[in-house]
Amino acid sequence: MGALATYFAMGGYAGFVWPAYGIAAAVLGGLALHSWRHYRASRDALAAAQRPRDSRE
Amino acid sequence: MLSHLANPARFMRISGIALPWLGGISLVVLALGLVWSLILAPPDYQQGESVRIMFIHVPAAWMALSVYLFVAVASAIALIWRHPLAEIAAQSAAPIGAGFTFVCLATGSLWGRPMWGTWWVWDARLTSVLVLFFLYLGYIALVNAFDDASRGGRAGSLLALVGIVNLPIIKFSVDWWNTLHQPASVFRFGGPTIDLSMLVPLLVMALGFTLLFGWLLLLRMRTALNERRLRALRIYGQAATAGAAGEPASAAARPAWR
Repeated sequence: MGALATYFAMGGYAGFVWPAYGIAAAVLGGLALHSWRHYRASRDALAAAQRPRDSRE
Repeated sequence: MLSHLANPARFMRISGIALPWLGGISLVVLALGLVWSLILAPPDYQQGESVRIMFIHVPAAWMALSVYLFVAVASAIALIWRHPLAEIAAQSAAPIGAGFTFVCLATGSLWGRPMWGTWWVWDARLTSVLVLFFLYLGYIALVNAFDDASRGGRAGSLLALVGIVNLPIIKFSVDWWNTLHQPASVFRFGGPTIDLSMLVPLLVMALGFTLLFGWLLLLRMRTALNERRLRALRIYGQAATAGAAGEPASAAARPAWR
């Protein structure tokens, strides 16, 4: 337990280091997830709109 | 006319190939950067383990500035040459830049609390970066404020260009004013002053953020182009059901990229 607990304590700065990494992961991960979902939705909608009329693409 | 159609089409083809590669490589580099900055890098002799916040704070700050520069340059291209992809590029990049700026501000605050004894001070560097964040938000709001998308795009491009005066202010604020924020330690005359054991994770993280930006940018630009194409198809669909179904769908899609 000792070594791991010492590591996670971050020399007493755990309350600052981990939230900093957490916020970065949440913001950038959230942006990535949102952009990816939006992209898939736009791609599927376009494919559905093109299917009946234009089958070349 | 044809070259205008060709550019977005070529962009869709090339970005479609690049997208999975860029996404995969940025994941690997970011994972490497995390291991390096959270485990391999040594604690600072003064700041202790809190220095690990710097490995995301500093690259996020670099991204905040360079993405804004990207938005401003793309806006200039959109205003001067009316290149159809430039405006889409600027509008796709702005939310990513705002995200990096927010990360920079939040992590800086989390570092400032134990090191400076305060979450926030109205120091020249901090204030000018906050202004940058509001510039991003203002740009995004302005672009979406008009019913006519082309007018919103032009207004946003102008704002992005005016806001560029903030970039040198941010960069040199630590030299011009004697403030709490420390001066540059990497991009300075005479070379970096930080040790290699900390410079390497910083640069790996910066590379990871840059690759992530590239992936997000392509993804968001492709989304915008898909949506334009879809809008054009719907307009064509309405025209076709209302009157004669003459031209093929590809011809109807042309005005979407003008």
